[in-house]
Amino acid sequence: MSTATTHDEHHHGAPSGIMRWITTTNHKDIGTLYLWFAFIMFLVGGAMAMVIRAELFQPGLQIVDPNFFNTMTTMHGLLMVFGAIMPAMVGLANWQVPLMIGAPDMALPRMNNWSFWILPFAGIMLVSTLFMEGGGPNFGWTFYAPLSTTFAPKSTDFFIFAVHMLGFSSIMGAINIIATVLNMRAPGMTLMKMPLFVWTWFITAFLLIAVMPVLAGVVTMMLTDRNFGTSFFSAAGGGDPVLFQHVFWFFGHPEVYIMILPAFGVISQIIPTFARKKLFGYSSMVYATASIAFLSFIVWAHHMFTTGMPVAGELYFMYATMMIAVPTAVKVFNWTATMWRGSMTFETPMLWAVSFVFLFTIGGFTGLMMGVAPVDMQYHDTYFIVAHFHYVLVTGALFAIFGAVYYWIPKWTGHMYDEKLGKIHFWWSAISVNVLFFPQHFIGLAGMPRRIPDYSLQFADWNMISSLGGFAFGLAQLFFLYIIIKTIKGGEKATTQVWEDAEGLEWTVPSPAPYHTFATAPEVR
Amino acid sequence: MSATNGGYYLPEPSHWPIIGSVGLFTFLAGFANFLHGGSSMIMLAGAAVLIFMLFGWFGTVIGESQSGKYDDQVDMSFRWGMGWFIFSEVMFFAAFFGVLFYARMWSVPWLGGAGNNVMTNELLWPAFEAMWPTNGPGDVGGDFQMMGAWGIPAINTLILLSSGVTVTWAHWALKKENRGQLILGLLATVALGFLFLSLQVYEYYHAYTELGLTLGSGIYGSTFFMLTGFHGLHVTLGATMLLVILIRSIKGHFTADNHFAFEAVAWYWHFVDVVWLGLFVFVYWLV
Repeated sequence: MSTATTHDEHHHGAPSGIMRWITTTNHKDIGTLYLWFAFIMFLVGGAMAMVIRAELFQPGLQIVDPNFFNTMTTMHGLLMVFGAIMPAMVGLANWQVPLMIGAPDMALPRMNNWSFWILPFAGIMLVSTLFMEGGGPNFGWTFYAPLSTTFAPKSTDFFIFAVHMLGFSSIMGAINIIATVLNMRAPGMTLMKMPLFVWTWFITAFLLIAVMPVLAGVVTMMLTDRNFGTSFFSAAGGGDPVLFQHVFWFFGHPEVYIMILPAFGVISQIIPTFARKKLFGYSSMVYATASIAFLSFIVWAHHMFTTGMPVAGELYFMYATMMIAVPTAVKVFNWTATMWRGSMTFETPMLWAVSFVFLFTIGGFTGLMMGVAPVDMQYHDTYFIVAHFHYVLVTGALFAIFGAVYYWIPKWTGHMYDEKLGKIHFWWSAISVNVLFFPQHFIGLAGMPRRIPDYSLQFADWNMISSLGGFAFGLAQLFFLYIIIKTIKGGEKATTQVWEDAEGLEWTVPSPAPYHTFATAPEVR
Repeated sequence: MSATNGGYYLPEPSHWPIIGSVGLFTFLAGFANFLHGGSSMIMLAGAAVLIFMLFGWFGTVIGESQSGKYDDQVDMSFRWGMGWFIFSEVMFFAAFFGVLFYARMWSVPWLGGAGNNVMTNELLWPAFEAMWPTNGPGDVGGDFQMMGAWGIPAINTLILLSSGVTVTWAHWALKKENRGQLILGLLATVALGFLFLSLQVYEYYHAYTELGLTLGSGIYGSTFFMLTGFHGLHVTLGATMLLVILIRSIKGHFTADNHFAFEAVAWYWHFVDVVWLGLFVFVYWLV
């Protein structure tokens, strides 16, 4: 790898203050904006989760009324998926993809700005529904018809347009990442030399472009069913409410891989660094990622086993779902094999990565259980599914994001984070998250339904334990905020290399990375 | 002063995206407000801001392009960008085509008792027989007649296919630096585009006034108007973009080897063309 040529002088006439952030075309500024936006949404969505857990602390209705409880579960899901996890991943891509492929910036910098600056407006529109007459969306983040059409509050139309805006943002962001990867790589950076984080984002971007328009289509059909007399989801007119679920999950299943594939990429960067070995099975990782992406398009109806489908359909979707276990297992095997006989150290990013491998795999296994159609009949819409997708999204995607932040923040800020505090954050989170979600497997198998503010007495103990874990986990994230601010303000100076033996172009530029990097493309051998 | 980064053009900070966001937010919030009985002024104001943004943003890009700031690599970024944007549009239409197939192959036959749904039909809608077109067992929207394929739709097919030929003819001219033929070809394409739209407006008028066919005519009306309507919207967009390219051609923009804006719009036009062929076959013809 060559040394990077950098120049950090400020441009004449470049806006300062708030206008710098509003008008910026710089991938690092935009990455920072994405990450802060995601963190704010994470705290807002987290506060809603606290309301949910407080209500479920004891059986009976004590804190909020049932409709508001439903609004909380709905908005919590929407904000975490579209406001926190996805923008955080795009933020990481913005910061890291150009640095990792030796590009001066993203391919389409102005559009990059727009991709971000649609988000706060979409977020405001979505959250504003809470204050509207009739309350906010209360039909769950999957907004099934007819709950979201015939029986929904008026504010649903604002929800629909917020989803449209989020879709525009995601599509433009994804187009930008594809154009960057295909067109902006440094000389010698062939596709099969790209770091795995770049590969996973590249494939994720294809998924986004393929399914976000389908989401836009389905909410458009909701809009016309609600306001213009169409009958897409009404059997009286020859449509079908189940059709909503098909179209929604054609988007929704790839969507869950959109949230996890970049996380796979992060883990594939962190583990080799702290095991001080090359990633085991690089090319199989690339092919496994592509296989998962392909399979994600042909398994959507495993979310609908209890909805009513011909038996042949249930069988097909069951077996197709099982196949996803194969490439996923390849990945888990490769991460484990990378650690095998490595010179391992356990700095904070590595702790998140190792716990990811364990805990994400638990979520993967419960996913396999529910992929079995006859078994899913028992688990469907219970707390078991809640436990499942929180294991893959919290201890999966979110833990990977935490790991990524600790891994790259020295490069972003020029300061090392406080290792002791980072470790406290990790252990506090890792223990409390299991107290929070592991009992939900039990109450789910025992039959407690999701999205209900009250429950029978036999679920009381585990719910109380789960809530205590939830409050502890929530508090840990405020501690994370403190660590981040402390790291930005000061701390031990980070070296260019940051991590001993870390490989990749991002470790050839100074810390903090100058405003413009790779003005002259590095030579990759 | 912009950064020169190994030749790749990195734009200055830009205020157009934030104007676009404000416009988009105002437009959509105004639209929702309008649907709830409010005035349409907020929505129209938002649309005006969006149009202002499009003029400003594309104006900036055209200015930069004309002053020679872009190199081959920038050109390639635009190509990937436009190509994947069109793919996203394909997927948008795929959602609506998927709905059409689902309704025709499954949900309507099931309502009529197909598969293992005999009792569904018997208990819920005993009089309903599955057929296409239909406005469902509830006779939603009342009696209607379907839109035939061999009147205006067939003529419109010819019009759009011809416009694909004329735009290619214009492209050949551009590559041969034959400005007159370029302008003539574009003029013909734009004219055919707007002719198509006029005929579609007439077709809709005919449907509403004489056939009793409306957006509310059950699943047939829903799929018919949403598919052809979104297509018409895209033809409008494409024809408008062609008009911009025509004006730029008259102004002397584009050279034989540097005219990606022309090609991007031509790609878009062909995409709109192909979607129409799908519509003609599956919405109008095969019943």
